[in-house]
Amino acid sequence: MSDRFEIRIAGTGGQGVILAAVILGEGAALYTKGLHAVQTQSYGPEARGGASKSEVIYDREEIDYPKATHPDLQIILAQKACDTYIHDTAKGATVILDDFYVTNPPKLNAEVYLLPIVRTAREKIGKEIVVNMVALGAAAKVLESKELVNPESVKKAILARVPKGTEALNEKAFKEGYKMMSEEMACRSK
Amino acid sequence: MSQIKFWQGNKAVAMGALAAGCRFFGGYPITPSTEIMEVMSEKLPELGGKFMQMEDEIAGIAAGIGASIAGEKAMTASSGPGISLKQELLGYAYMAEIPIVVVNVQRGGPSTGLPTKVSQADVMQAKWGTHGDHATIAYAPSSVQECYTTTIKSFNMAERFRQPVLVLSDEIIGHMREKIVIPDSETLEIIDRKKPKVSPADFIPYKADDDGVPPMAAFGDGYRWHVTGLTSDDWGFPTNKTEEIEKKANRIISKVERFREDIIEYKEDFMEDAEIVVVSYGSVSRSALRAIRVLREQGVKVGHFRPITLWPFPERQIAEISKKVKHIIVPELNAGQIVLEVERIACGKCEVHRKSLINGELYKPEEIMTFIKELA
Repeated sequence: MSDRFEIRIAGTGGQGVILAAVILGEGAALYTKGLHAVQTQSYGPEARGGASKSEVIYDREEIDYPKATHPDLQIILAQKACDTYIHDTAKGATVILDDFYVTNPPKLNAEVYLLPIVRTAREKIGKEIVVNMVALGAAAKVLESKELVNPESVKKAILARVPKGTEALNEKAFKEGYKMMSEEMACRSK
Repeated sequence: MSQIKFWQGNKAVAMGALAAGCRFFGGYPITPSTEIMEVMSEKLPELGGKFMQMEDEIAGIAAGIGASIAGEKAMTASSGPGISLKQELLGYAYMAEIPIVVVNVQRGGPSTGLPTKVSQADVMQAKWGTHGDHATIAYAPSSVQECYTTTIKSFNMAERFRQPVLVLSDEIIGHMREKIVIPDSETLEIIDRKKPKVSPADFIPYKADDDGVPPMAAFGDGYRWHVTGLTSDDWGFPTNKTEEIEKKANRIISKVERFREDIIEYKEDFMEDAEIVVVSYGSVSRSALRAIRVLREQGVKVGHFRPITLWPFPERQIAEISKKVKHIIVPELNAGQIVLEVERIACGKCEVHRKSLINGELYKPEEIMTFIKELA
């Protein structure tokens, strides 16, 4: 049971946090040997604007309880989501916060990274809609360092999911996120 | 060749239905069941089936009943508010003996309640929602894999017993994605309704075989029969004769009750030496199992019993358990429904503990651990 790894991606409805979690689930369940995955979501009755979260559980064994109790990796893309979902972060977990929308980052007993996820999507890619792909790139770096899922598996899952004709755009956003997180992690380990 | 997929529970229900031979879907969208309808709208035309989005939930089940009378395997899916609307037609299908599968992806109620939040509060509605005596068959899947398999079984039971069968999913199970192994279609057991063996001239529409189930002709096959919600004789026409009324009323119950042991399914874990047993189903069983696994490592003698068929309820099994254990805990996402059955069956032979969570959330394993530790 110690192999259980809990991931939560939270933000505002419309940011694509559910799709991002589905892709992390597929990257494990379909493209990684010996890893089980369960993905759940929680959202309000409104189509856009409400707090939205999605969770993925990884385990080497079959997974019973499908929700996160103390996430080992949290990616949070909005202040409201941060206020709602940050409190149960596991000790020593990795927390990635978007530095544009999360304006009041909390103090935590965890590895907290404040990264320009939304700004990268907006400025480097030119489309805020790929914010979830930038976040996935950052997540992929963490999952690689934990020896859970390799970035190629996440990329495969992305390419199988996104609409035809948008592959290059999404892949570019994913790579930017991966690069950003790699640089941050390298910086900290020095 | 079996295939591995990462599917949502709702998608697995739809794909299970198609694998069972469902070729008609009538319905109206509602969270958290809509994905079933979406998949059916995409896949049915590819398979030569028909998909109809109707003007409301009542028309959705009505169209399904019509398609079933015309010989197709049919399904409708909804959630609480829509399932309430379908009750009258559900009764019609019990009375006229029309196979149909009705999926309820449960959300919080009453009324429109909580569209995006989980509940298990429609368990008694599944049994008694439509008026009049009838025998209910209802499955409660607890995984994406089981969404697939129990939907296939629901079609098999609907076809075998000529009546509605319910899939009682819930928001967590319906929206959750996990790994599923799709079996080779040739390995699936598929049951189709019995067709009449006699010529149209000798056909008596509601004359039952020894198993209590009359063979069913499809409209258009050349067999003439009358379909009504009124209590009818073997010819399908309304009757007021007491012996005919009694025969029909008894037969639509006994055709299922006689075979309850064939229908009932359940799963037991850690039961051998258990002194405390948790009885839970659907999404809650996943929290319960985690709690039990953790406590087993600490040496607590706790086991798990999970009914897969809520109706018919595994009475004999619960009766046996109640003789062996000290406590049965029944955590549910309702104010206490299946616990009423457990209390009735245990009948004082052990203590039965009712636990309810009705705030739109799923039980956390820690909460169920607390219930168990209080008794251990």
